[in-house]
Amino acid sequence: MTPTYYLLLSALLFSLGAVGVLVRRNAIVVFMCIELMLNAVNLSLVTFARINGGLGGQVMAFFVMVVAAAEVVVGLTIIMAIFKTRRSASVDDSNLLKY
Amino acid sequence: MNLLLQPDTVERVVDTVTTGEAVAFWILGPLALAGALGMLFARNAVHSALWLVLTMLSLGVLYMVQQAPFLGFVQIIVYTGAIMMLFLFVLMLVGRDSSDSVVEVLRGQRLAAAVLGIGFAGLVVGSLARALTDVDAIGLAQQNTQNGGNVANIGEALFTDFLFPFELTSALLITAAVGAMVLAFTSRTKEKKTQKELVEERFRGDRVGSLPGPGVFATANSVATPALLPDGSVAKESLSELIETTAKERLEDDVAEVTGTAHQPDAHALKGDHS
Repeated sequence: MTPTYYLLLSALLFSLGAVGVLVRRNAIVVFMCIELMLNAVNLSLVTFARINGGLGGQVMAFFVMVVAAAEVVVGLTIIMAIFKTRRSASVDDSNLLKY
Repeated sequence: MNLLLQPDTVERVVDTVTTGEAVAFWILGPLALAGALGMLFARNAVHSALWLVLTMLSLGVLYMVQQAPFLGFVQIIVYTGAIMMLFLFVLMLVGRDSSDSVVEVLRGQRLAAAVLGIGFAGLVVGSLARALTDVDAIGLAQQNTQNGGNVANIGEALFTDFLFPFELTSALLITAAVGAMVLAFTSRTKEKKTQKELVEERFRGDRVGSLPGPGVFATANSVATPALLPDGSVAKESLSELIETTAKERLEDDVAEVTGTAHQPDAHALKGDHS
C-alpha cells in the first residue's frame, strides 16, 4: 500500500460531494456536500504534504479549514435569511429571477 | 526556512506505509465513504448531517495517521465539533422544511448527475492510480521530531512564511462575523405598544369589557361552544372568528343544540296520533 490510496479515497469523496451538490434539493444538504468536497481536498493536501516531505500542504489545509468556517457562517446565515422571507430551504423555491 | 519549502535538501528517506496504518486506512476509509454515501442518500437532513459527522471523524483520524496530528485534532474540534453542530442548529431552526422533496424538477437530472459523478471519479482515480502509484513518499518524520514537533513547526510556518495569508484570514473571519450579524439581524417593523397605549386603544374601541369567554352559560367549555346571553341567544362575540369562518357547517348542529332549535326526538312518534 502506498499513500496514493489516500488520494483515491479523496477523489471518491470529492465526486460524491459533487454529485450531492447536483442532486440534493435542500440548501443545507447542498452546503454539507460542499463541506465534504472541501474535506476531500484537505485529505489530498495532507497526503501531498506527506509525499512531498514538507509542512506546506498541512498549512494550506489549515487555511482551507479557516475559509470553510467563515464560508459556513455566512452561507448558513444566508439560508436562514431566505428561509425567513420565503419559508422554504429548498433550492427550487428561490426562482424569483427566473421569470 | 529550508525545513518547510525545500524538501530536496532533506535526504530522501522513503516513508513506507506500516501494517498498522494500512489496517487503520482500510477500516476508516470505507467508513468515510459510507458516511458520504449515507449523507447523499439520507432523506432526512438531520441524518445527512450525522452521516457527514462520521465521515469527518474518520478523516480526522486519517490525518493523525498521516503524520498530521495538529490537523487531525483541528478537524475533530473545529469541523465535527463546531461546524457540524452549527449545521445541526440551523437544521433545527429550519426543521419544518428539512426533508428533501422527491420531485425531480429537471427531467433526467439525477441520472445525468450520477453519470457525471461516476465519470469524474473514474477520470481522477484512473489518472491518479496511473501517475502516482510508484511515487515514494518522503514522509514527515524529520519535521515532526525537530524543533518541537508538528504543532510548533506549523506555528512557525504560519508566523514566518505564511504571515500575510494568516493576517488575511483574520480579516476574512472578521468580515464573516460582521456579515453574519448583519444578515441575521431583524429589526422590529412596528414599535411595540406600551401598556398605556393598549389601554387607550381599548377604551376608544367599541367594547371596554372583555369578550365573553367560550362556554359561559353553556353546556361545554369547548371553544366551539358559543356563550349564551341571559335571554338564551348566542353571544356572537364569543364565537371564535377562525372557527366561524372555517367550520361553520360543522358547528351548526352544536349551535342549534345549544339554542334549542335542533330537531327534537318526537316522543309520540310510535303512537300514530300525530297532532
